[in-house]
Amino acid sequence: MSKTTSKDLAIIAAKARLLAVKAVYNASSGHPGGSLSCMDALVTLYFKEMNIDPENPKWEERDRFVLSKGHCAPALYAVLALRGFFPEDELNGLRSIETHLSGHPDMRHTPGIDMSSGSLGQGLSAAVGMALAAKVRRMDYRTYAICGDGEMEEGQIWEAAMAAAKWKLDNLCIFVDVNGLQIDGKTADVMPSEPLDEKFQAFNWHVVKINGHSFDQITEALAEARTFKGRPTAILMSTTKGKGISFMENEAGWHGKAPNAEQFAQAQSELEAELQNLGG
Amino acid sequence: MAEKIATRVAYGQALAELAEKYPRLVVLDADLSSATMTKYMASAYPERFFDCGIAECNMTSIAAGMSTCGLKPFINTFAIFASGRAYEQVRNSIGYPHLNVTVVGSHGGISVGEDGATHQCTEDFALMRQIPGMLVCCPCDGHEMKLAVEALINYEGPAYLRLARPATEVITDEIEGYNFELGKGITLRDGTDVSIIAVGIMVPIAMEAADILAAEGISARVIDMHTIKPLDEELVLKAARETSAIVTSEEHSVLGGLGGAVAELVSEEHPVPVVRHGVNDEFGRSGTAAAVLKHYGLCAEVLADKARKAIALRKVGLNQNK
Repeated sequence: MSKTTSKDLAIIAAKARLLAVKAVYNASSGHPGGSLSCMDALVTLYFKEMNIDPENPKWEERDRFVLSKGHCAPALYAVLALRGFFPEDELNGLRSIETHLSGHPDMRHTPGIDMSSGSLGQGLSAAVGMALAAKVRRMDYRTYAICGDGEMEEGQIWEAAMAAAKWKLDNLCIFVDVNGLQIDGKTADVMPSEPLDEKFQAFNWHVVKINGHSFDQITEALAEARTFKGRPTAILMSTTKGKGISFMENEAGWHGKAPNAEQFAQAQSELEAELQNLGG
Repeated sequence: MAEKIATRVAYGQALAELAEKYPRLVVLDADLSSATMTKYMASAYPERFFDCGIAECNMTSIAAGMSTCGLKPFINTFAIFASGRAYEQVRNSIGYPHLNVTVVGSHGGISVGEDGATHQCTEDFALMRQIPGMLVCCPCDGHEMKLAVEALINYEGPAYLRLARPATEVITDEIEGYNFELGKGITLRDGTDVSIIAVGIMVPIAMEAADILAAEGISARVIDMHTIKPLDEELVLKAARETSAIVTSEEHSVLGGLGGAVAELVSEEHPVPVVRHGVNDEFGRSGTAAAVLKHYGLCAEVLADKARKAIALRKVGLNQNK
């Protein structure tokens, strides 16, 4: 997968955005805003960075991933389906009693989910546990997680940050999806968590700041994390909530709301136009 | 006088003794290793001991992550923090994904003593019992604790284990035919007039109460219900059928713990009087363990009274049916 180019990743991401938004539209509920903001990082992880085998989702040596901002499950499900963990048409059963695709990731029922998540703040600790287990068992797998910037308000995040540095978990790399918005409005107004770079540095992490919609920058940051020894890496990625759908971009109202038929039609036409531009 | 040992001490020794046999066992603590007795593990196997500092929620979710990668974590802190502060982490990080982690609550109940109400946990059985798929266990003495620890290392799934602070008498090592199995209560003493179903440090006290009752000609059965969930329903219903009066006894609130579990079952399957002996709906307070236990009536005399009450209630029921 390492030959996958940024353009390849952009095409996959446009497809995944369409699948995720369609799934939320079909379910009439879900979280499109944050799903769209973290999508490019997710696609890069699953299509370029991580050592995984969709045919064998529980392979012991695989790299691990925790979606600590578990409400962005539609993005993860879309990426897992495109990567071959389960058929794409199953995405239409998001949040349905009939299917395995719960509103938040459920490791017991969905192939490819390494950790159940959804209660904010807990996923990063679980990722610390996975990375620590690799050290105990002298295994080479790496552990990744995506957290939200709103999620930084949970105290447990900083408990986990302290622990990851204590045990020098350089096999752990997290993204913080800094889209600046949460349910009640701007993160800066609800509960300011910046400066996140200085906070993570003070917690003895290696910090990289990037544009979370630049595949080149995401790829470079992941490569840097892989070689940085002695500390865990936090990639603080500046993103746009609702990225890729004009009327959802930078609107807190699209945190946890499904589009109606008209809105979905517009979203679809915008994402299909993007795909065409990319030649995908 | 038989040997006295705190179940927390037996627990800590057992971990260190069993660690070689079970290489996947790892132990986490939250800055209480000299109280929870994981200090033995910490000094014998430092590479498999992780002090998470005073951050119980983080410790709980870390253990969840470790368990997904082939390790068997035992996490340790006081019962109030294990089941209370980190309740939602136990529920969502460990219980919901049904992960293979044993949550250990040391210093359970009011026999914590001098530290007082903030550190006395009388709600842990109720809280942990509510989580689907969670096993809840509280051995009655040091001998039983060691057997429970090995059984839990081999158990696959989320479990809660409660330890007690004070040294208490070891009674199960001399019981004929004693056999420990998670989920199976043990009849320590047979009887026909009333059954006392007890857990934890109330078990030896129940044996004393049975002696008091025997002196009055009342034959009391004593059941050591070390596993509250899954409850040994067969043994409870057998007691209901054969003695027609039940008393539950626990160092826990009378709300939602062993008493709740037994009453729920008996009222649905074979209604007979169930009298609950435990801490009434109130907080604990400071004092020596012995003084606090006495203050809240967690002693053989009060338990014997509860047994007399259960027998009297049965008679009321019989008369009403005439």
